[in-house]
Amino acid sequence: MSKNKKKNYLSGSDSHKISKENRIITKYLEKLRNDSKRDPSQYITSMRDENNIVELDNVCTYFFTDIGVVRAVDGVSFDIPKCSTVGVVGESGCGKSVTSLSIMQLLQRPTGQVVGGEIRLSNEDGTAYNIVNTPTSVMQEIRGNKISMIFQEPMTSLNPVFRIGAQINEVLELHHSEMTKEQIHDRTMEMLEMVGIANAEGVYNMYPHELSGGMRQRVMIAIALACDPKLIIADEPTTALDVTIQAQILDLLRNLKDKINSSIMLITHDLGVIAEMADYVVVMYAGRVVEKGTAHDIFHNPCHPYTIGLMKSKPVVGKQVDELYNIPGNVPNPVNMPDYCYFRDRCDLCDHERCSGKYPSEIRISDTHVVSCHLFADKGEVVGRSQIIPNSQLLEDRVEYNKNRKKKMAESVNANGQTDKTGAREDK
Amino acid sequence: MAKFIVKRLLLAVVILFFVMFIIYTLTYLIPSNYVETTARELAAATAKQGGKTYQQWLEQLNKETGRDKGLVKGYFTWLWNALQGKFGESWRWNLSCTEKFSKVIWNSFALGLIAFIFEIIIAIPLGVVAAKKQYSVTDYTVTCVALIGISLPTFFVATVLKLVFAIKLGWFDIGGMHSRDFISTTATSWEAFWDVAKHFVLPAMTLIFISIGGLMRYTRTNMLEVLNADYIRTARAKGLSERKVIGYHAFRNTLIPIVTLLGGTLPGLFSGALITETLFSIDGIGYVSYYSMTTGDIPFTMFYLTLMSILTLLGNIIADILYAVVDPRVRVN
Repeated sequence: MSKNKKKNYLSGSDSHKISKENRIITKYLEKLRNDSKRDPSQYITSMRDENNIVELDNVCTYFFTDIGVVRAVDGVSFDIPKCSTVGVVGESGCGKSVTSLSIMQLLQRPTGQVVGGEIRLSNEDGTAYNIVNTPTSVMQEIRGNKISMIFQEPMTSLNPVFRIGAQINEVLELHHSEMTKEQIHDRTMEMLEMVGIANAEGVYNMYPHELSGGMRQRVMIAIALACDPKLIIADEPTTALDVTIQAQILDLLRNLKDKINSSIMLITHDLGVIAEMADYVVVMYAGRVVEKGTAHDIFHNPCHPYTIGLMKSKPVVGKQVDELYNIPGNVPNPVNMPDYCYFRDRCDLCDHERCSGKYPSEIRISDTHVVSCHLFADKGEVVGRSQIIPNSQLLEDRVEYNKNRKKKMAESVNANGQTDKTGAREDK
Repeated sequence: MAKFIVKRLLLAVVILFFVMFIIYTLTYLIPSNYVETTARELAAATAKQGGKTYQQWLEQLNKETGRDKGLVKGYFTWLWNALQGKFGESWRWNLSCTEKFSKVIWNSFALGLIAFIFEIIIAIPLGVVAAKKQYSVTDYTVTCVALIGISLPTFFVATVLKLVFAIKLGWFDIGGMHSRDFISTTATSWEAFWDVAKHFVLPAMTLIFISIGGLMRYTRTNMLEVLNADYIRTARAKGLSERKVIGYHAFRNTLIPIVTLLGGTLPGLFSGALITETLFSIDGIGYVSYYSMTTGDIPFTMFYLTLMSILTLLGNIIADILYAVVDPRVRVN
């Protein structure tokens, strides 16, 4: 106990140093994010594969907290193909939700920041947004329009003081300013009927507290689908609902996805739901992807010891056991991640010779199946490695950024022959 | 809704009955020196003209206040008179209580209203800004100023303001309602208004300064709570601009507790600011009631406390009604 305490103890000067560095970095990142006049060339790229709607490449999302940098998502890469369902599984705190919030840029700022990698959102005309660098003003046109999100808690996700109709109308008014009031009303009614609300006209004029949890989640889905988004992120959409409603909501999501031709990123820790819904599965552990592949790959040929452990911990109906299986041990401390395999200390297949090395690379063991585990090191082709972005690199970037700005400012001064006073002040 | 209001009003009447009984009991139990002193003074003052003796005055005063009939009977006598609007003659001001009240109440109301409006205009936006930029320099500054406002007692703030603005700068008078060189017979109504307005500046500033802190902290706390709510994340996920998220979705929810709080204080505009009015000698209800109480003016004290009880009960009812107005979850069908 006392040893433990000492390890986690931060002296005053340490904590001061951490918060000072955090302040500098988050201030720089916020400045980047809020720069609405950013050159589009910095955030417009092209997709690696035109059949994907979203591609994540080494995405790093860090939280700059007072006890150090928490690497919640650390080099996550996976693709979401068009018109498919990608399930993301993993235990609590493994970075599933943070990944989805990174795609939406809805992290708790300024503490939470996407610091590196690329999240490419296809425009379906050859170009793509790199969401990591997209300024907030542009992001607001993407949210709710191209990507929308369904949250975990339907009971608290609707604003209690506005009527249901108004809350659905709002998102339409925002992204379809060309629509008239009647058109918006008709579209809202259509959406309410589409998500299976029988008394649509009545519900239109109701407040959220007059609806049940399942009904509210339907309304949330209606809001999410109102603008025909290309990607729907469903962050544990059924966790707060009872089992019969769960099945209804999942059915609804699946049918609607086909109707409007969009993809779903389904986050859950319920393997049953994943098996039923997903085409592709991504297994995450401690902020990294440990295994990804088609649902068939993952369920019939799980390779990573963590995936195998997850499958084993699922209770099976009709099988008598004395005790349910659980994976021993705990997730490593997110502030001080080890540099070896994060799962090594909990792994029952651990081979001490091979597993003592650095964090394993991603290994492609079939066309669709990728696993990052030392046990498969010689069984496939190495396709990539997750990266950490250290604070020093961010600080260097900041210096570079300021230098470039100064240069630009100086150029504009020379061109105009007069001093841009506001710019000069900002620079300091 | 109408049923709910009627129910609350009837309940308020019952509460008022017992509150007034307690107040009457308390004034009844005060050592009767006040009545005796008043009787003695009156006897001395009228002795030369061959007026009533001390004993006669004492009897008359006791009869007026119903004290000669014992506690319960006396209370009902007082209550019966009060219901007819007869609160009796004030001993201190030589006027009937209601007359004195109607003479001074508008001074108090004007002062209270000015302070109330400025309090809202200043405190609520500051609270919202502080919450929006939590832990920033703005937040700490605003919080610090608010804390000073909450902690400093009225008499200290008033004295500092007097020192700075009245003595050092000489912009305003130290107290009172009229300037020394103000002649009421020759002044136009505009000049009279301007003269009074100038004397209201310092007391209003005192009231604003001491009340701003509380409301600001309250706004900040509630705004922070709302900003962490799930529906704010939903609003952002819709793609709304930050201004709309805070100014519309968050603020509308923050309004629920604020409106309830402010609605409850609305009747308080009629109760006067006892300390501030006294410090600045503003002829308002607070000042008058203060002198009534210190000189043992039982009829006026009873009248003022009745008024305060009614206003408090009214404040609670208004708060409940407003709560239902701003929050659809508590609407009674």
